[in-house]
Amino acid sequence: MDLALVWFLIIAFFWLGYLFLEGFDFGVGMLLPVLSRDETERRVMVNTIGPVWDGNEVWLIVAVGATFAAFPGWYATLLSSAYLPLLAVLVGLIGRGVAFEYRGKVDSVRWRRNWDRVIVAGSWLPALGVGLLLSWNVLGLPIDAAGNRVGSAFAAFQWETLLGALAIVGFSLVHGAVFVALKTDGEIRSRARRLALRIGPVALSPLLGLLLLVQMRAGSSWTWLVVGIVVLTGILALVVLSAGREGRAFALMAMVIIGSVIALFGALYPNVIPSTVDPAFSLTIEGTASSPYTLQVMTWIAGFGAPAVLVYQGWTYWVFRKRIGTGHIPPVRVP
Amino acid sequence: MDVLDLARWQFGITTVYHFLMVPLTIGLAVLVAGMQTAWVRTGDVKYLKMTKFWGKLMLVNFAMGVVTGIVQEFQFGMTWSAYSRFVGDAFGAPLAMEGLLAFFVESTFLGLWIFGWDKLPKKVHLACAWAFSLATVASAYFILAANSWMQHPVGVELVDGRPRLTSIWALLTNNTALAAIPHTIAGCFAVAGAFLVGVAVWHLTRRNEERQVWRASLKLGGVVGMVAFAALAVTGDLQGKLMFQQQPMKMAAAEALCHTEQPASFSIFAYGDVARPDCENVKSITVPALLSFLAHNDFSSEVKGIEDLVKEYKAKYGEFYPVDPQLGELSGQPIDYVPNLPVTYWGFRFMIGFGALAALAAAAALWLTRGGRMPSSPWFRRAALAGIATPFIANSFGWIFTEMGRQPFVVVPNPTGVDGVWMFTARGVSGISVGEVLTSLIVLTLVYAVLAVLEVFLLRRYARAGIAGVMPPPDKPAEKKSDELAFAY
Repeated sequence: MDLALVWFLIIAFFWLGYLFLEGFDFGVGMLLPVLSRDETERRVMVNTIGPVWDGNEVWLIVAVGATFAAFPGWYATLLSSAYLPLLAVLVGLIGRGVAFEYRGKVDSVRWRRNWDRVIVAGSWLPALGVGLLLSWNVLGLPIDAAGNRVGSAFAAFQWETLLGALAIVGFSLVHGAVFVALKTDGEIRSRARRLALRIGPVALSPLLGLLLLVQMRAGSSWTWLVVGIVVLTGILALVVLSAGREGRAFALMAMVIIGSVIALFGALYPNVIPSTVDPAFSLTIEGTASSPYTLQVMTWIAGFGAPAVLVYQGWTYWVFRKRIGTGHIPPVRVP
Repeated sequence: MDVLDLARWQFGITTVYHFLMVPLTIGLAVLVAGMQTAWVRTGDVKYLKMTKFWGKLMLVNFAMGVVTGIVQEFQFGMTWSAYSRFVGDAFGAPLAMEGLLAFFVESTFLGLWIFGWDKLPKKVHLACAWAFSLATVASAYFILAANSWMQHPVGVELVDGRPRLTSIWALLTNNTALAAIPHTIAGCFAVAGAFLVGVAVWHLTRRNEERQVWRASLKLGGVVGMVAFAALAVTGDLQGKLMFQQQPMKMAAAEALCHTEQPASFSIFAYGDVARPDCENVKSITVPALLSFLAHNDFSSEVKGIEDLVKEYKAKYGEFYPVDPQLGELSGQPIDYVPNLPVTYWGFRFMIGFGALAALAAAAALWLTRGGRMPSSPWFRRAALAGIATPFIANSFGWIFTEMGRQPFVVVPNPTGVDGVWMFTARGVSGISVGEVLTSLIVLTLVYAVLAVLEVFLLRRYARAGIAGVMPPPDKPAEKKSDELAFAY
């Protein structure tokens, strides 16, 4: 297998890690006002992701940074073409990160309420934006032979990409609710479980819609199998959740996103960005890959770096494995 | 304004802003890890209080450094896509390495450190502090290796008109990087030192609580600030000597040295109009032959001036920009090889001047408080607080000087490197609309402005509150329920 293909898979892997991990972070943020009844419960929710959200976000930075190193043309075209959605993603991520850190630093109802709004907006916006970005990437952008976007800033918007945005939002909502059910105790836990069951079928349908659309346009017989697995695991996740098995439901949600990423990147191969102007302008793995030497260096780095990340991030989740309930939340002690 | 101008303004604003947060984080993170080590080794509660107090201020600042860093990573692709396509093979590698090898470690172990006080054994928790703080330094290393490659491209060959990496080792041990890294890290410690001194003096002159903690912080900050300045001077000289070989135009611009001189004198202060590349209407107070020494370690050596250098650059890299719609207004226009002289000339002086002021403030604070003394004058307190700003200003001007000084190039030609590995800044921008860049410039500037106000507000609040703000007072120990978290957002 040549290294360019290996790096295509590695980048898919980083995206997978990002969507799985920050997927529930986003969900927790989006559902903050929905699942909590008071300040203590809001703190329970924020603290389920408190120690890990920052590490989860790095998966996006590495997915994008690795694309820069391994496929400069892919990185340059995608980021410049999707300029405004990316700006929204950035503003959302900026606000959200600061909000987690700052919301508890002043003991004032107004202060916390405003930061809660930033958390909610800062979770919805990037989830929408990332969904838009991914579906653009897979369904194609209006790019010319040089890889530059043809037309205005809004030239690339289509209804299909809106479906992609909703797909990531819907997945994050369900994933986040399952995660809250898994990580909390007491009333909030059963509330999260009930919500996941109630919204599950509707919230996951845009993802299914996106996968079917991509399948129809660029799929092959083996990707049908993957789509089938996604549907099956999605249904199974909700079934086991209704039986109160939150851990298993969470693991099945992981299968849902693994299958989705495989189906999306599988449909993308051997392109990295299809051109909607002329298929001949599509950016390909071979055409945008860095030199064999650079890819070789990067493979060594990722070969050591990525397993290490899995080990120490896994350890973090182990250290903070306990469920949190309202009884665990310490009183506010701030100057 | 065209896309090029707006993109440059945006890069300048977001980068200078990002580098206000980063040095404080790096400097404080390492010092806090040191304080925690002292606590674990001696058991002296004074060090625990220092760890908690300075650690909290570090955290308030850290969040801002992280979120503004994401913008940096995306910006190359968003506004500088032509640059990214051109350099990705070489420049992308250190950026990706930063994420994989440093940033992952940094963010994961920071989470463990913040929330792990009662969940991890003491020594494991301390190890997390070191993992986190050393990863911030590693982060800086990779980013500066990437930046140094733009200043002095090495380890590449030219294939199909694009630089292709031939040695990652050459890129990571670029002599430009090896000089820039200790210089920048020293700048981080200068910031942290002045911060410790300023806040500690404020407490010592106002209250009578926790004097031991503030005394120890003051001493640590003062010593760190002075050592950092010594390191800045040595590494700055080293960088300067390299720069005279690698980017002679930048150094000529730093001195507003229009005509070649032998020996060349060092300008301390100019009055008149330094903007003109022919140096009409400028008078300058100079030290004879000093510039020759700074450039080549030889008081009688020749230093080339702007006029001669412009001739050389024109011969090598052309007199006119090519005719190309991508270049917009600059298409077919003459190339201006002279960087913005007032910015480079004054930027260079402000960097050195404010750096020296920071060192002076640290030394004065240590001298005035020697042997348990404490000046009662309010001016002492005001000066120490104002001193916090000095290394920030020096750092910012240093970066503005070094980045503006390499214009009109974004990748500066390496005089001893491979022909053709260079790029004009005007060539690097994306084919996007003015509206898009203008939107992001306005949005990011506004968001950053709001966040700056909030961060300073929180830093002040926590700095003023002192130890009581981060630990329950000893006379009423917190009645912690057994299952309560030691820390929660």
